Amino acid sequence: MKLKWALLVSLTTLTAILAGCEPLMVLDPKGPMAARQASDIMLLIVLMSFIVIAVLVILAIVLFKYRASKMPEDYEPPHIEGNIWVEVICIGVPIIIVAFLSFVSIKSNYIVESAPTGYEEEPLVIYASSSDWKWHFSYPEQGIETVNYLYIPTNRPLEFKLYSYGPITSFWIPQLGGQKYAMADMVTTLHLAADEPGEMMGRNANFSGKGFTENTFNVTAMSQKDFDEWVEDVYKTADPITEEEFNKLLEPGHLGQMTFTGTHLDFSPAPEHNHGSDGDETEAEHDEHSSHDETNEESDHSGH
Amino acid sequence: MEFFERFAVPHPSPMIYASMVAIGLVVIGIVFGITYFKKWGYLWREWFTTVDHKKIGIMYLISALLMLFRGGADAILMRLQLSSPDMEILDAQHYNEIFTTHGVVMIIFMAMPFIFAFMNLVVPLQIGARDVAFPRLNALSFWLFFAGAMLFNISFVVGGSPDAGWTSYFPLAGNDFSTSVGTNYYMIAIQISGIGSLMTGINMITTILKMRAPGMTLMKMPMFTWSAFIANVIIVFAFPVLTIALLMGTTDRLFATNFFTTTNGGMDMLWANFFWVWGHPEVYILILPAFGLYSEIISTFSSRNLYGYKSMVGSMVLISLLSFLVWTHHFFTMGQGALTNSIFSVTTMAIAVPTGVKIFNWLFTMYKGKIRFTVPMLYSIGFIPLFTVGGVTGVMLAMSAADYQFHNTMFLVAHFHNTIIPGVVFAMLAGLTYYWPKFFGFMLNEKIGKWSFWLLSVGFVLAFFPMYITGLDGQARRMYTYSEATGFGPLNLMSFFGAALMAIAFVTIVYNILYSIKNSPRNIGNDPWDARSLEWATHTPVPEYNFARLPQVASSEAYWDAKKNGHKLFTGELKDIHMPNNSGVPFIMGIIFFVAGFSFIFALWVPAVIALIGIFACMALRSFELDHGRHIHVKEIKEIESQYEGGAK
Repeated sequence: MKLKWALLVSLTTLTAILAGCEPLMVLDPKGPMAARQASDIMLLIVLMSFIVIAVLVILAIVLFKYRASKMPEDYEPPHIEGNIWVEVICIGVPIIIVAFLSFVSIKSNYIVESAPTGYEEEPLVIYASSSDWKWHFSYPEQGIETVNYLYIPTNRPLEFKLYSYGPITSFWIPQLGGQKYAMADMVTTLHLAADEPGEMMGRNANFSGKGFTENTFNVTAMSQKDFDEWVEDVYKTADPITEEEFNKLLEPGHLGQMTFTGTHLDFSPAPEHNHGSDGDETEAEHDEHSSHDETNEESDHSGH
Repeated sequence: MEFFERFAVPHPSPMIYASMVAIGLVVIGIVFGITYFKKWGYLWREWFTTVDHKKIGIMYLISALLMLFRGGADAILMRLQLSSPDMEILDAQHYNEIFTTHGVVMIIFMAMPFIFAFMNLVVPLQIGARDVAFPRLNALSFWLFFAGAMLFNISFVVGGSPDAGWTSYFPLAGNDFSTSVGTNYYMIAIQISGIGSLMTGINMITTILKMRAPGMTLMKMPMFTWSAFIANVIIVFAFPVLTIALLMGTTDRLFATNFFTTTNGGMDMLWANFFWVWGHPEVYILILPAFGLYSEIISTFSSRNLYGYKSMVGSMVLISLLSFLVWTHHFFTMGQGALTNSIFSVTTMAIAVPTGVKIFNWLFTMYKGKIRFTVPMLYSIGFIPLFTVGGVTGVMLAMSAADYQFHNTMFLVAHFHNTIIPGVVFAMLAGLTYYWPKFFGFMLNEKIGKWSFWLLSVGFVLAFFPMYITGLDGQARRMYTYSEATGFGPLNLMSFFGAALMAIAFVTIVYNILYSIKNSPRNIGNDPWDARSLEWATHTPVPEYNFARLPQVASSEAYWDAKKNGHKLFTGELKDIHMPNNSGVPFIMGIIFFVAGFSFIFALWVPAVIALIGIFACMALRSFELDHGRHIHVKEIKEIESQYEGGAK
């Protein structure tokens, strides 16, 4: 008996806290991707709570009704093999739930894996690369580069090209959307967008060694106008990035926030293999690297 | 690196020095104690050389409990470090080592031997056999597991522990980023005990297929035997993948191959795929025997047959197939794209269906039953709602788009502990309490047992439910500290209190064992729980040969039939019983494997080659050895049987 109460109490507290005063980061989205994920998560929490409660109620009834202390001394429980209809229901109901969730899941997959829709402008491409234990953000369109902080315009799709100068890391800005891995031998693509200005937390979510915990960065979303002003400011104040300087940045450590003009992509380009983006996009990416050996390219593909 | 530097711990702390002293003192104490009480001969004859499945099972059990405390100590340290913001009990490096060893110890060296303990103890008895199919191989399995476990455990005093996480993803686990020998320990120690697991798999499958009592068709096997059978089939298919992955990882680290490197044509993602092609089925290797134990216990204490026997078997077969089709869900975020993620999202959610069937079948087994709230039953009852929470959060994680937010967070940590603790650990403790009297001849104290259960359950909820919330609030897993501004403090403190309650619960379990050794009555009969399957039909404690006459079986509840429906289990005359001889070779091979493993870890090639030759020598020796076993004669059997009938009954 105590167990059920303990569980019920903890479940209610859980929902209370979930619905409580300060919204949890993942459930407090600031962009369309995170919003889709947050609504999926809320749907799951509600649906799953019903399942847990249903199981709890059946368990409670069965335990209460058939406890030995209540039964007559000579009660002999019957032999019941099973009933085809009961089993059909036991299989059928979960199948319906799973089918429904599969439908939602597949739909969401295609949404979070493609560029967010409903924006007029072309996506802003930002290369986010990690090295032990910091993040380098290159803006090829603007021709600037930052370390450990990210300025983004609101109301414009963002296309992050992720890769790593070391262990596998995971690029994660919870309030903008879920994470994706950054790896050393290929580029992965993460589509995000911010709908309102503000400061957000971003971090590497995948364990990458000693300095992993502090491997965070600040994200500031601002209007396109403010963003353009910031870019101009950078050109006035920051120094150009050099190969020598960049190699020094790659050494293990954390650094603070830094700003440069130019990007490291000029002398230290992103890995050529593109992973998990749409077919035509991959093509385009490959055209850019026309110098790349054709046969090698094919063998790379067969690996997937 | 200088030769001797390799053996030094790269990041020593007072805690590690204290552990070194403690380990040294304990070893000296044990050796002195055994010598003083003149027990070396007894240990060698009765335990080190034994091939008896019951004794091997007991050794697995003791090892599992020891490793539970090793892994538990890691857990408490982690929760303490995270109990409030900016704690400085552990530094980053030490924390990384501790969560790595916690994961490896709990999965490979605690949960695995725990399920092997029950498979060894129970399966031959449930199918009415006198031992497993290959008793000596069984002993070798145990000693390889034990060698691997000891090798892994010395890592933190010699050379440093692995620190790349229990998943040991490359390139982090490669030489560039893991420079100490720690990850070598990971590769080699798991390899050695993994070989042991693979042998157990082959052994158990053969045992179950070939050695069942007359009349026991496959669909008349008790449910635990079914679960053990399917788990071992999964072992045989999954463990070779781990063996090869570890071998490739080892050669990458020791011989500069490039399987998992990011240059020269290597591919880091390959490791992640291999690891989880083994790793996900591994979860079911652990949980299916646990399901089997719950089936036995719920049926016994509801005094009812197991509801839906066929669908129970069917669902396990389905789970075992699906378990090989879901591994990608461990890295939805690796950039496979929407199509791949969708496929694996659906296969993963599909597992909820057979699992749900099992939950309902357990509930229907209690329906119209006569439910006795004993300690094993309490664990089984607690398991149902808690595991359901773990299961539905698993469905949440299976939604790949949402998983982009759950992945690598405390939400994930909460989920898998929510399945493994109520699923596997509760089952092991339930099984421990349930089967204890069969093998030791006395019951564990029920009152203390109930205390343990409540402490553990409340502790579990307090420790892990808050993690769901901090995970959704952005607390990544494996962070060794956090600032006050994050707001993670209060919930992590709650987790620490929960973990402390769980620690107290485990101490009460040990206290219960000691208390019951001293105080429990010894004359408990063969069947203290009024159970239903064959293991309860023989004497308590079980004689060496298990059954004087092999039982005749006509249903999945043979013993219940004998008790209630007048089914005759034991008919016919006593005959001489053929038993296997003891052998010291498995134990010696365990030691040689330990030496070989240690030499590989430290790249000491001369002893490594000598040890490898030793291993092959032992195998050759076995091939040429003539050993037809021995017979226990009818006269001797009669003497033993009369002791049981005259004595404790």
